[in-house]
Amino acid sequence: MKKYSFLSLLGGAMTGHRRWRPVWRNPEPRPAYDVVIVGAGGHGLATAYYLARKHGIRNVAVLEKGWLGGGNTGRNTQVSRSNYFWPQSAAFYEHALKLYEGLGEELGFNIMLSQRGILTLAHSRQELESLRRWANAIQVNRIDSELMTPAQIKKRVPLINLGARYPIHGGFIQHRGGISRHDAVAWGYARAADGLGVDIIQQCEVTDFMQDGGRLAGVHTTRGAIGADRVVLSVAGHSSVMAAKLGLRLPISSMALQAMVSEPIKPCLDTTVLSSSVHMYVSQSVRGELVIGGGADVYTSYAQRGGLPAMHDTVTALVELFPAFSRLRLMRQWAGIVDITPDTTPIMGKTPIEGLYLNCGWGTGGYKAIPAGGDTMAYTVAHDEPHPLIRAFGLDRFERGALIDEGAAAGVAH
Amino acid sequence: MLQIACPYCGVRDEEEFRFGGESHVARPAFEASDLEWSDYLFNRINPKGIHYERWLHVYGCARWFNMARDTVTHDVLAVYPMGEPRPLLDAGAQAPGPPPADAERTPEDREPA
Repeated sequence: MKKYSFLSLLGGAMTGHRRWRPVWRNPEPRPAYDVVIVGAGGHGLATAYYLARKHGIRNVAVLEKGWLGGGNTGRNTQVSRSNYFWPQSAAFYEHALKLYEGLGEELGFNIMLSQRGILTLAHSRQELESLRRWANAIQVNRIDSELMTPAQIKKRVPLINLGARYPIHGGFIQHRGGISRHDAVAWGYARAADGLGVDIIQQCEVTDFMQDGGRLAGVHTTRGAIGADRVVLSVAGHSSVMAAKLGLRLPISSMALQAMVSEPIKPCLDTTVLSSSVHMYVSQSVRGELVIGGGADVYTSYAQRGGLPAMHDTVTALVELFPAFSRLRLMRQWAGIVDITPDTTPIMGKTPIEGLYLNCGWGTGGYKAIPAGGDTMAYTVAHDEPHPLIRAFGLDRFERGALIDEGAAAGVAH
Repeated sequence: MLQIACPYCGVRDEEEFRFGGESHVARPAFEASDLEWSDYLFNRINPKGIHYERWLHVYGCARWFNMARDTVTHDVLAVYPMGEPRPLLDAGAQAPGPPPADAERTPEDREPA
């Protein structure tokens, strides 16, 4: 793997940027691998990377039906945070945020992490009380969070309208939260995994599974059969469809979650502002575009496009909170299919089918979890037992009634 | 924007309705095991294709009804009252489309001037 440095960039510039080589191979699939990962999104690629780097398992293929990072990894709003209520979630997402903090250096690829904070608003005295409880729980989990008064919020976010239809009574901020470049995360992991010998095979859709007496033996794909000792499903919104091929039912609903960007403008918003009451969050990307998200569309969908009502609600809330943004034009709008669980907590780990591992149920918040999702899934696959951080996230929690209700920490109600 | 034909009120915009998830989920017997009970409570088919689902006309007649909808095209394929069995639809079922444009109609279709 070529190491990027100031000198390599200078060298590239001196030769007119004509000598850059592709940073990953496009290999033909081999007949069999130790581990096959279905889905080359952030989680799948990170799982492959940590399998190769931490556990020495390099005979790994990542199969992708489209192009790598083209699903939800390329469709999210690139927010990272660890302001979760329950200890199990807090420990997991804090692990993810800490990995993000060192990820650019580890992968040798600038993921453009900008820890500009994430500010959650309260629009009533009652909501402020629950935010206070939430912020305190975060501190008890030894993660930074700070309550803010309306005056402090106005100072931090001068364009905000404190006297909106639902006035702002306060909020809390996690200063270490922030945004990063989502494509860079996928590309960085892909490049590093490829450098360690992982085969990333794009345009290769898994159509069915091979079973050998109750144990998974491999996958059938549009490019032929591929044998595998262990298979990791990391396919987000399509988890139910893939699991159904094995007769496995999942507690997942696939919904369309939209996001949109405005035309680029000069820097005017240096944090991420989120309101779970009016269902809107916004940040400004390094290109100057406002990146806007909201609640998911209200019905199940596999269409990768959002409906007008959800978009309308989101934008209405935005212009009420930031009247100055009302004249901006939206440049792009898109949707990803997210896999929502009943308790808004992911489903990770082993399954009733030997050799099959699940990494799904991320719902509307998979991006922030990518490094920890990959790290803990790699451990789980290598040791054939769940990583301590994800023991509570197993599929068996629904049978035991041990749900982890993070509906509030999902940020925006879905 | 979905246009949903409420069986009691007629065609209205999606915003008048609330989605109620998968329909025809049978409640297991009282003696059901934890596994059967959690399957009933949480597991869903979540199909890519035809979905038989419940909707509530919350800002209208406030009544529940069933609907068959394609989760890829979002076509509404059938609307039927609660308690009725699901209609049998083929995988490639099409939504009942708009009436053909004038040019495509046969002379017999045209209304007298």
